[in-house]
Amino acid sequence: MEAIAFYVLAVVSVVAALMVVVSRNPVHSVLFLILTFFTAAGLFVLLGAEFLAMLVVVVYVGAVAVLFLFVVMMLDVDFASLREGFVRYLPIGGIAALVLAVEMILVSTAVAERGAASHVHAVVATGLSNTETIGWVLYTNYAYYFEAAGMVLLVAMIGAIVLTLRHKPGIKRQNIAAQTARTPATGMAIIKGVKIGEGIAE
Amino acid sequence: MTFEGALSIALPELILSIGALALLALGAFLGNKSTRLIASGAGLVLVVAAAAAVLGPRGAAFHGGFVQDAAAVYSKVVIYLISAVGILLGEPWLKRVKNSRFEYPVLILLAALGMGMMASAGDLISSYIGVELQSLALYVMAAFQRDDSKASEAGLKYFILGALSSGILLYGASLIYGFAGSTRFVDISAAVHAGAGTGVIFGVVFLMCGIAFKASAAPFHMWTPDVYEGAPTPVVAFMTAAPKMAALVLFARVLENGFPGAVKQWSQVLIAIAIISMVWGAFAGLAQKNLKRLWAYSSIANVGYALVGLSTGTQEGVQSMLVFMTLYLIDVTGFFACLTALSRDGRPMEKFEDMAGLMKERPGIALCMTAFALSGLGLPPFSGFWGKVYVFKAAADANLGWLAALGLLSSVVAAFYYLRLIKTMWFDPPAGRTDAAPMDARGVAFAAAAFSFPVVLPALALLDPLSRAAASAFGLN
Repeated sequence: MEAIAFYVLAVVSVVAALMVVVSRNPVHSVLFLILTFFTAAGLFVLLGAEFLAMLVVVVYVGAVAVLFLFVVMMLDVDFASLREGFVRYLPIGGIAALVLAVEMILVSTAVAERGAASHVHAVVATGLSNTETIGWVLYTNYAYYFEAAGMVLLVAMIGAIVLTLRHKPGIKRQNIAAQTARTPATGMAIIKGVKIGEGIAE
Repeated sequence: MTFEGALSIALPELILSIGALALLALGAFLGNKSTRLIASGAGLVLVVAAAAAVLGPRGAAFHGGFVQDAAAVYSKVVIYLISAVGILLGEPWLKRVKNSRFEYPVLILLAALGMGMMASAGDLISSYIGVELQSLALYVMAAFQRDDSKASEAGLKYFILGALSSGILLYGASLIYGFAGSTRFVDISAAVHAGAGTGVIFGVVFLMCGIAFKASAAPFHMWTPDVYEGAPTPVVAFMTAAPKMAALVLFARVLENGFPGAVKQWSQVLIAIAIISMVWGAFAGLAQKNLKRLWAYSSIANVGYALVGLSTGTQEGVQSMLVFMTLYLIDVTGFFACLTALSRDGRPMEKFEDMAGLMKERPGIALCMTAFALSGLGLPPFSGFWGKVYVFKAAADANLGWLAALGLLSSVVAAFYYLRLIKTMWFDPPAGRTDAAPMDARGVAFAAAAFSFPVVLPALALLDPLSRAAASAFGLN
């Protein structure tokens, strides 16, 4: 049963990843990307990493892929012209892909022969779900990295503000204090003796 | 170790992060009028952090993720002080081009925090986060002149290529984690003690490619000339200096602490990178007409020399790298301070022909630039010569005499462009009047030039024992 689930997920994931690259419509590409993320999440569940699977769904499907979708729909990118270079770049891209494939095969054979990390020491007691395990270490052993990652996000935020925020002069902003402090004396001018047909000056 | 103990070891980083947060909040309330105040505050924070690094306790904190040893302290003091000079150069310049923003000093503080994390990384995770913190701040600073299309291009190019290199670095780190079973350098070195297997070697090579990109060593240097040409000159002064030191110290950390058992494997990769950097930096520099691009190639070549020191895998090699980088940082900051100081009719002077006859027009700055060019050339008794002496001696002592000879040859080639700059400044007819040089940039230039010749001799007497103590922290022979 598990083997069947694995093969189904793996095949769907690979085919969907392929479709991301070859489909003509960019919106379809993003939808296939979402499918790839979902199947990857399924593979994580099979590995017993249910927390990671949820993260993939929430972060990649929920945030990243939807953002892509917005970008693809809102930006007027001429994807047909981007695609024109495909054949021209195929040889060099093919070589890079081939090198990567050979490397991955070498690494996997090394894993198959000797096993990857032979002596992984569990940080906390087994028998906990992996959400609990991550919770145990994230704010204790890994507090330093957690805080430092917060600083990285802060820099990203400062960067976005520095590079994009513009204060345009001459914009009328709402001033609530001034609005509520208005009295009939400041807000109104009573003009008497207006003649018919003449109106009043500004 | 208690949490308080760990925090006291990480005191310099703590000062930097709290300082950055406080100044950011202050700036957000006071607005861009307060830039001068924020900049002085940031400079003060950097100096205090450097003092805290010297005086504070040493040791490993956060389960080995943060290592504060002599090497970390040495490089942090250099990095923080050079970053403070970056603020000193950058803030008045931004004011002159009417783009004074309080975020600039805060970004330098955060970049310095990232570089400090790199210098005391004891773990693959902390090295990655440090690298990322540092580079993100630099991407933003490269594009700080956001209305200038060249600066935006530089920022975007730097960002895209930097993201790619971070991906490569992470791929390597995950391979190492998979095969060694830990992200901590201590545990990795125990796991690969008997020699590294194929998987680990793959990981190390990827990791080295990622760090080489951050240090702008060839063949991962493609971004360097374009980014230096487009980014504002004081930002370039900052970018060429401290981040390179941090990247090279991280190289030493990862390789000497994490993979001492695989010296043979990684040193040949490092030697290859060093040779390509030295040779390409010398030859490609010959064709440059823009001084910022030229100094980008010069920095590529200089990273190559520093890597020669590291590739020996000895304590003397690490020491030579530290000394070489310290002297180089001061030179390169001084050179870019000169470029910051020079302008003609409000336009920056960046080309060779702009420098024609500068000796008659601005003798002080022309003399400084002459000193930096001679120092880059490696002429005794300038500081660049002493750096090269350290590196080549370390290489020769480690039976890598041929590598030192190759370095010597490439610096002979590079001599051409340094001498051409001197000839243009001294003997060509003047190209016209220049604007008055601002005090701050001129001051930095004069100080760096004074260091590069007379001050370097007594300073070396001080740097030599300090750098030796720093290098001995790696526990090599």
